[in-house]
Amino acid sequence: MAALDDFRKDTRAWLDENCPASMRTPMTEGETVSGGSKHRSPNPDSYVWLDRMAEKGWTVPAWPKEYGGGGLHTDEFVVLLEEMARIQARSPLEGMGVTMIGPTLLEYGSEEQKQRHLTKIVNGEIRWCQGYSEPGAGSDLAGLATKAEDKGDHFLVNGSKIWTSGAQFADWIFCLVRTEPQAPKHEGISFVLFSMDSPGISIKPIKLISGASPFCETFFDDVKAPKEDLVHKVNQGWTVAKRLLQHERSGLRALASAGASRTAATQTTTSLADVAKETIGMVDNHLANPVLRDSIIQYRMNANAFSLTQRRTVEESEAGSTPGAATSIFKFYGADLRKEQLELQLKARGTQSFGWEGDGFTAEELNLTRTWLASRAGSIAGGTNEVQLNILAKRVLGLPD
Amino acid sequence: MATLREFREETQAWLADNCPDSMRGSGTDAEAVAGGTSQTYENPGAKVWLDRMAEKGWTAPMWPSEYGGGGLSRDQFLILQDEMIRINARSPIGGMGFSMIGPTLLDYGTEEQKQRHLPKIVNGEIRWCQGYSEPGAGSDLASLATKAEDMGDHFLVNGQKIWTSGAQNADWIFTLVRTEPQAPKHEGISFVLIDMDQPGVKVNPIKLISGSSPFNETFFDDAIAKKEDLVGQLNRGWTVAKRLLQHERSSISGMSSGGRRGRYDNLRSLSQIARDYIGMDDGKLADLVLRDQIIGNTMTSKAFSLTQRRAAAENASGGTPTFATSMFKYYGSELGKDRLELQLKAMGTQSFGWEGDMFTSEERTLTRTWLRSKGSSIAGGTSEIQLNIIAKRVLGLPD
Amino acid sequence: MPLVLNEEQNMLKDAAKDFCGKSTPITELRKLRDDKDETGFSRDIWQQMVELGWAGITIPEDFGGLGFGYLGMGVVMEECGRTLTASPLMSTAVLGSSAILSGASDEQKAELLPALAGGELLTALALEETPHHSPYNISTTAEKSGDGYKLNGSKKFVLDGHVADQLVVVARSSGTAGDRDGLSLFLVAADSDGISTTRTIMADSRNAANIELSNVQAPATALLGAEGKGADVLDKVLDVGRIVLSAEMLGGLQEAFERTLEYLKVREQFGVPIGSFQALKHRAAEMFCEIELSKSVVLEALSALDEDSDEVPKLASLAKARLTDTYNLVSSEAIQMHGGIGMTDEHEIGFFMKRARVCEHSFGNAAYHRNRYGELEGY
Repeated sequence: MAALDDFRKDTRAWLDENCPASMRTPMTEGETVSGGSKHRSPNPDSYVWLDRMAEKGWTVPAWPKEYGGGGLHTDEFVVLLEEMARIQARSPLEGMGVTMIGPTLLEYGSEEQKQRHLTKIVNGEIRWCQGYSEPGAGSDLAGLATKAEDKGDHFLVNGSKIWTSGAQFADWIFCLVRTEPQAPKHEGISFVLFSMDSPGISIKPIKLISGASPFCETFFDDVKAPKEDLVHKVNQGWTVAKRLLQHERSGLRALASAGASRTAATQTTTSLADVAKETIGMVDNHLANPVLRDSIIQYRMNANAFSLTQRRTVEESEAGSTPGAATSIFKFYGADLRKEQLELQLKARGTQSFGWEGDGFTAEELNLTRTWLASRAGSIAGGTNEVQLNILAKRVLGLPD
Repeated sequence: MATLREFREETQAWLADNCPDSMRGSGTDAEAVAGGTSQTYENPGAKVWLDRMAEKGWTAPMWPSEYGGGGLSRDQFLILQDEMIRINARSPIGGMGFSMIGPTLLDYGTEEQKQRHLPKIVNGEIRWCQGYSEPGAGSDLASLATKAEDMGDHFLVNGQKIWTSGAQNADWIFTLVRTEPQAPKHEGISFVLIDMDQPGVKVNPIKLISGSSPFNETFFDDAIAKKEDLVGQLNRGWTVAKRLLQHERSSISGMSSGGRRGRYDNLRSLSQIARDYIGMDDGKLADLVLRDQIIGNTMTSKAFSLTQRRAAAENASGGTPTFATSMFKYYGSELGKDRLELQLKAMGTQSFGWEGDMFTSEERTLTRTWLRSKGSSIAGGTSEIQLNIIAKRVLGLPD
Repeated sequence: MPLVLNEEQNMLKDAAKDFCGKSTPITELRKLRDDKDETGFSRDIWQQMVELGWAGITIPEDFGGLGFGYLGMGVVMEECGRTLTASPLMSTAVLGSSAILSGASDEQKAELLPALAGGELLTALALEETPHHSPYNISTTAEKSGDGYKLNGSKKFVLDGHVADQLVVVARSSGTAGDRDGLSLFLVAADSDGISTTRTIMADSRNAANIELSNVQAPATALLGAEGKGADVLDKVLDVGRIVLSAEMLGGLQEAFERTLEYLKVREQFGVPIGSFQALKHRAAEMFCEIELSKSVVLEALSALDEDSDEVPKLASLAKARLTDTYNLVSSEAIQMHGGIGMTDEHEIGFFMKRARVCEHSFGNAAYHRNRYGELEGY
């Protein structure tokens, strides 16, 4: 314990000294840093903070030091997150590099691949995107048709991907391709990496019901994927893909931040309660609408139980690793909680919740409308709720097919 | 229309003269009459009432009069029901003879079978029970194993049925048996009627979580089913069985009484109970959250009964609606369960009295009714099965 | 009350289905939205609706209407709900007509009803003052001023308030906010001095406005109903609005459900149609049951309006609460069952959820109406 106390003291001092003041304010959407050079935060402090954290390896605190990570033990990791939460420090670096492909390369990448890719993730040099879903392969991901022909030193990739989040800003893509069309569908898939600047790639944004276009369709026309960037074995990509999905659903990082700060869920509910206090009013220290009050409290209790469960999972897990099939709980329950939270906001704000643009609504209200609509994707993207429940039933509960 | 008005007047007059005072007002479950040789009448009025109604055929008002029924049109039937409700007259008799095997024999029985069985149902002489489920065949009813061997003029029946409701008091059982073991499972089943009064039939009651034993296991050990009591064709019993289930479902949901009475109408309304146990504050139930839920259930019940009425109106021909039966079975039982759960919330710890003087009889009844209600979404085809049927037959979703 | 449509109503329904399908498919609403159309509906389509007699469906024949009653209006709105048709039917032919039918003097009726039926006049009900439906919670004042009244206050979420010729303003001539007594209804020209209107652009791409009233002069003849007794008229108008809106919602949710059902049958994953998965089948079957119950309450409530039954207030709350819950359920499930494609703007299924939620908050949400139903039942 003494060592951990020292670590806390040192960390606190270092953070005090190194975290710029503007990085101690709630994140605004445009200032999130996900790496790469195609989308920059307008706030220069974002990069001061990124560089200082990256230098200590604390953009990915639990990764091994040899690949630029912080080499922290789970206990230390949690302390770091707690100390960051104490001063409301922002996360210096987000994106699929740190949450998805990085942890996957740590498990399945060759030594050479780790050396080549991981450090560029740690210091925010490269931004990644994910090439998984296809128009005909959504929940049935393994039904994918994008094909990759073996051309000796490279694969020639043809096909298209959909829901490629952030493809327009990404430098590299990790992509599932079919390398053996004759094999059973799970056995002919390979997991490849290639540059998004390769000739033959074109991108088309998809406009969502919220009006935003966070996703793209991505088309491959004779794109060359070098053999050195095949992850794991040829035709064994499905194993890698499934593991990556677990990182996506609940990277330890995400779980730990939520659990450690204990604020992720409570923060949003506090604001929900505040909204209701303002829009509904108070009588005798109770929200004036007892039925809505009951729903809000029920939500808040569920959110607290959820974040306790995230924390418990972190404490139970092996140092630095992402839990297995149980991650589906977090994906499923978290998406529903978020949808519920936003639905309750709508109820609290009434007709002011439905502003689309123009006069008559505050910026916050207009933002809520879009956020509410966008939240509906939470139970669809990254494996639908139905798929998560199937995984839980099969892998966790052992129910038969 | 003049004739309907006349019918109403005549019915009113007849009921006024013939319904004994003791048969007006709601009775307890124990007082309900189901007929048959085991029926006893603690209240002599019940027997008088049954005999008078049976004589007019009004125990089965819409069955043809040649089989003892009332021969009423649907409109006349609704009038009879209105007028019975008006004076709070009890139903003279109920049971599976009326709700299930009777309508099925009308659809599928031979003339000889109708003549032989239906009048005895109408006048309450014979009580029926159902032999469908088996220990290994619940939701998957068609996988039943009770076998019936062809012995010339009769079948020799061996096997076991479960959940045979009321078997301990029944005279006859209608049952599904396997007559062709080699055929695909739906195609080797026959529908036979068996006299329970024979050495090869044994009944063993099952005690439920509510403490009561309305269901039984029924064992057949070389029991005899006469060939003349085979309903429908040999190995075509599944068709008959499915049709009977529709009659059963609509009956559980209250459709057989024209959709005018819910299953729990003998209970006080939720809001009345909540008033007593929760109290009122400023004209509203004092627990505003529970109040919201109670009103929600009350509103849904209203919507449900409107839908029963709409189904009846759409189905002017008067037969059992086919699309609606699964929906009414599913929704009615879920709604009833929800209602009883809300009643528990309203009554708090008083809801859980099992026996003794510390609880009123209403409270003790509620405890049992609540537990029994859990069976309503299991018996007669689970809620899940009903949803499957809706998805397939109504919505056309693929298997 | 009949729970089936008669032949005349069925013919009207078929005609409405045909018209909406051909003239106002959802692509029209999308176009209005993308063009940032200032009117928010097509005047040309509205003129065609007027020619079909829809503006006067509930107006008696003596006043130039069709006299088809609310079941007639209900079947038309149900079809408009299926195609999410933007039109002044609700603001003018439902709310405006019923306000005048139940509150106006004979002279006012003789002047206004033929104009409404002829489509020469658009009206809007200026009621709400907060984001939550609360019809007696009115602070807008009506002070005596000369022979008439002076109106001051601000109104929110006024359907079609940006295009209306005449506003039905709910104001308080006595008492305090929350009182049922003391409300008065005024019919004032939208271009009167002191009225300023801001159109609000909403997620469902339909039309509403915020309206400021600053020393607006209304003559005594502008009163609809008796001074201080406006709630008698308002309650009736709102119940009409709730029930007819429920009919629109019934159309929308059935359309969303049918499209989803079709998608479940054709979309294949894992080599089979996704509709073969029991997890989805059961949810579809549950929705079917809720929809069947919804049909019944809408029919019963519309019939009750036509028969001027005492049950109207309870049935209005029953219908609005049930349809709110069912439309929310079905429109949300429609997106979930469509998966990613359901989240795209290009696909039409998302429009239903946006409309469902705005409907939810029009004339009282489900909790509002459960509370009201309980009050009407005395507990």
